Order: sequence, then C-alpha cells, then structure tokens
Amino acid sequence: MVEMLSPLQPVWRPGSHGNFADGVGVVLSETQPGSIVQAAAWPGSERAVIAAIKTATGLSLPDGAGGGVATEAKAAFGFAPGRFLIVADDEGLADTLVQAIPISDGTVTDLSHGRTAIRIAGVKAEWVLQKFFAVDFSLPALPVGSGISTNHHDIFAQIQRTGPDRFDLYVFRSFARSFWKMLCHGCDEVGYEVR
Amino acid sequence: MLIPCPYCGPRDVSEFTYQGDAGRVRPDPASTDQAAWNAYVYDRTNPAGDHHEYWQHSGGCRSHLKVTRNTLSHRILDVAFARPSTAHASSRRQGPRP
Ligand SMILES: [Zn+2]
Repeated sequence: MVEMLSPLQPVWRPGSHGNFADGVGVVLSETQPGSIVQAAAWPGSERAVIAAIKTATGLSLPDGAGGGVATEAKAAFGFAPGRFLIVADDEGLADTLVQAIPISDGTVTDLSHGRTAIRIAGVKAEWVLQKFFAVDFSLPALPVGSGISTNHHDIFAQIQRTGPDRFDLYVFRSFARSFWKMLCHGCDEVGYEVR
Repeated sequence: MLIPCPYCGPRDVSEFTYQGDAGRVRPDPASTDQAAWNAYVYDRTNPAGDHHEYWQHSGGCRSHLKVTRNTLSHRILDVAFARPSTAHASSRRQGPRP
C-alpha cells in the first residue's frame, strides 16, 4: 500500500496539549481507513442492501434508524433512510460493494479520498462533542455502534460511536484541517493528546 | 425549537430548512387557469394556530418532512416523512415531544 497523505499533516502535533496537568481528557487521532464508502438503497430495497453489506463485509447492521456496528478493522452505520456508511482498514471495499449491490437495489459511492476520519476517545469525549454539535451524545440516545449525521457551521459531519467513550467522525477532507484545529481548541480545557 | 426527525430524533431547528405550506395543491401542469396558479403561488391562509408545513432535515439525514406546527406556540404536533418511507424508522431516539 502506498503511503497515505493527510490533510492534517501541516497542523499535526503529536503529544499532550492544553490543560493536561490533571490528566488527559481525550485522545485525538486520525484513523486513516483505506476505504470509506457510501451505499444508498432505492426505496423498498433497504433490506437487500443491508444483506449485501453483510455478504460483502460480514458486518450485520442492526434494525433501526442510525443502527450500526464497529469492529477494530471495519465499521458500518445508517446515517439517513436507506443510506449507509461503510468503512474498512483495507482498500478496495468500494469494488467489493459494487459487486455485491446490483444497480437495481442501490448505488455505491467511493468516498475514500473525500472524507477524513478523526477519532476522539476518552472520558471527556462526550463533553467535547457536545460543545460542537446540538445532538444528544449520551449512551442511551446514541448506543455503541450507532451513527448520526449532523452539521457544524453548515459543514456536514457523520459520527459513529465506536465505544462507550469513543467516537469516529467523518468530515469533508477539504474542511478537515480547519475542523481539526477547531476540535483541538475545544479540547484545550480538558487536556488532550494527539496520537 | 426542536423538530423530532422521524429518522434522527430531536434536532435543533438550525439543522432544518423550511420549505413552505404543505396544504397547497398544485394545479395540473397543463392547466392555463390563471386564478388557480395565482392562488397556488401567492395565496396563504397564514393561520394563527396549527399549520401543516414542509421542512427538510438539510443538516442531517436530508429527508423531507411534513410537520404540523402551532404558529403561536411553535409546538410541534406531528412529524412524518413527506413521502412514506419503507426504510428503517426510528423508534429509539424520539425524545418526549416538546
Ligand atoms: Zn433527519
């Protein structure tokens, strides 16, 4: 695999920052998945697309709006009616899904070069995200695995909770550096580590 | 004001785009009845009370919604997909109606 370039590179400062004297509240990282793919079902074909995602990735999407699942190497969640984001460490997922989802059931869009994946993890992750997005991030409202689409200053963000204290954010690559800088400012007060 | 999106759950009004009165009936596109077109384009009842209106969750799932809102209290009385959806509907993220 060729070395991946990051839009965050010019502002990437590994180490502890902000008010970390009493401990680090969150750890920020860029997960750099090899594949970020959107699948959209035509009305009535939602279940067929969910079944195809399972065949192609082994990920079984649970019933319900925003339902999702995350393993260490792959993740998927619904972010709108009949629309799903599927992410994998390996490259080539879009091709696999194109094979699995016939055009009569839905469409597949490769967003691997269009999104940047940012992970925020730690006891203060909910607290920090709550400052940016007008969404309930509590565990009962957003269980592990499930995802949402929302926005920040009119810029879209898709967010999946991949652990009790861990969230993966997918933002437009062209806005990723600006979003990252803002996120770092938001993390200052709780102390953060870039890793 | 919160609008409980049938897919996303309750979200701030800033995530939504207003798309107008949902009670209008468009004349047949082939119609040349000017009075009917004038009424469709311009006439609004502007009620002080319950109002059916379209909103798009443009900053979220992008669904088009049909909302019943009280124009005096901003209370949201009902929300549904503008076009009935066969997709997964949310049952778990609907908070209490405001
Ligand atoms: Zn929505």
